[in-house]
Amino acid sequence: MAQEERVVTEPLLRASGITKRFGGFTAVDRVDLEIARGERLGLIGPNGSGKSTLVNCLSGTLRNEEGSIRFGGHDIGREPPHQRVRRGLARSFQIPKPFASMSVLDNLRIPLQYAARQHEKLPLSQIIDEAMRVLDQVGLKDKAQAMSGGLTQVDMRKLELARAVAAKPTLLISDEAMAGLSTSETDDILALLLGLKEQGVAVIMIEHVMRAVMKFSDRIAVLVAGRKIADGDPKDIVNNSEVVTAYLGQ
Amino acid sequence: MRNRTFVVIVLVVAVALMAASRLAINDYYFSAAYTVLQFVILATAWNILGGYTGYVNFGSAAFFAVGAYTTVFLNKWLHAPLPLMIVAGTVVAGLLGLGVGYLTLRMRGVFFAIATLALAVVLYTLVVNWDYVGGARGAYIILPREVPFGLPRYVHLLYATMVLMSAFALIVARTIERSFIGRGLAAIRDDEIAAECSGVPTLRLKLLSATVSGALMGMAGTTLPYYLSYVEPSAAFNLSYAVNSIAMPLIGGMTSWLGPLIGAVLLGTVQQVVQVTVSSAWNLLIVGVLLVAFVTLAPNGIMGWVDAWRRKNAS
Repeated sequence: MAQEERVVTEPLLRASGITKRFGGFTAVDRVDLEIARGERLGLIGPNGSGKSTLVNCLSGTLRNEEGSIRFGGHDIGREPPHQRVRRGLARSFQIPKPFASMSVLDNLRIPLQYAARQHEKLPLSQIIDEAMRVLDQVGLKDKAQAMSGGLTQVDMRKLELARAVAAKPTLLISDEAMAGLSTSETDDILALLLGLKEQGVAVIMIEHVMRAVMKFSDRIAVLVAGRKIADGDPKDIVNNSEVVTAYLGQ
Repeated sequence: MRNRTFVVIVLVVAVALMAASRLAINDYYFSAAYTVLQFVILATAWNILGGYTGYVNFGSAAFFAVGAYTTVFLNKWLHAPLPLMIVAGTVVAGLLGLGVGYLTLRMRGVFFAIATLALAVVLYTLVVNWDYVGGARGAYIILPREVPFGLPRYVHLLYATMVLMSAFALIVARTIERSFIGRGLAAIRDDEIAAECSGVPTLRLKLLSATVSGALMGMAGTTLPYYLSYVEPSAAFNLSYAVNSIAMPLIGGMTSWLGPLIGAVLLGTVQQVVQVTVSSAWNLLIVGVLLVAFVTLAPNGIMGWVDAWRRKNAS
């Protein structure tokens, strides 16, 4: 009974006191962040405010010097990135990192084989079908056989997101998937991310496109100079004077 | 092609190659074929770490020599039979490969290549100063008087062993390449961080790749003392092994098992022909010239050419 209650009350992700320094520079300074199952969190902040560094600490590509990270009831703070993905914490990269020597389809086979298969029963024979389904979601189905190194920037961003989705995460961190995209392309990606809600996937969206952030988020957290200065309802955030100052200056 | 079909085809070719040796009238052909096959193994093995995984190993000669010197050591210590020495040399070189695999934790690209080169120098110095295995003087190996399987001379046995070892190396390389491990290695080669973030246990796969690569290189060296019947450090650690095992996959193509095979047969044969017709000193010069030509004209090797040509015809 007590066990059950704990599972219900504990958020999906609980990061507390995350601190990351590069030499004398503190990029992320004692940041706490929680996200519940299926929740949609927008993470905003000016350039260089530590958003990507925070994501790197959460996904394990950087080691935070202080603080703890709990995910799905486990302490994952010392686990390598591949272990975290296998637990269901997937991320996409701001600058797309496709497996350039592989076709678009084969790019998705990697997370399906190495991550998704670790936590859910997915027969080998269904990997191709599953990959095609994800490609269809992001609108890359026609390019399944194309070499990923030759894709346009827009398609690479879609592939980047598709590869994270293919890991079958319970928490997806999308790092500026929409930068430089047109309005209709932004809407495509937004629809994809919103669709994940129905599958019970929590999403942390890092974005500069405020229209998308406002439309998407249940809650918004704001980072400025490595510190979290606000966290709450989107409507309150946009009226928060501190946030406005940080973004627009005095 | 299924794995089992491939194994059958390779073994049939191997048996045919062994049978063909009965027709050879001149011992030189054995020696030439032995050398080419030795390079087939080295190139195939190098490609598992260098081509599939993207870590350039400049120390192939060290692994090769470790195989050779394991044989020298066991021969002196136990008078061990040939099969045991092949297994032992393979295992020892594999362990060395595992150690090199741990280097990939901290080093990549040029730095990794330099570290492997340094490893070769360190091991060379060690062997030169190790009196038990002959030190700088070298060591003689007395060939057994009796040749098993009713073969006419010992060189026949060594040639047959080399054929089988080449077949083994090719089967291992192709099996890895076609499995999900091969796909994981390719992901590491393309982008290691993205691979790790897609759930690929990069360290474990790199260790595996480095171990298998090192073990196969060592295996190629285990029969060297018998082939030469005299080994000395500068022969076993010869730079030509390191250069050739990089050049051959580069010229043949690094993304599949076929590339190193084509590269080794082509380059190995050219070297043999030049050695006989022109001069033995021209060997490495030819490798150098071909390497420069390929890197500028066909950076993806012969297989890259073939693939591009195929794609053009398909569309």
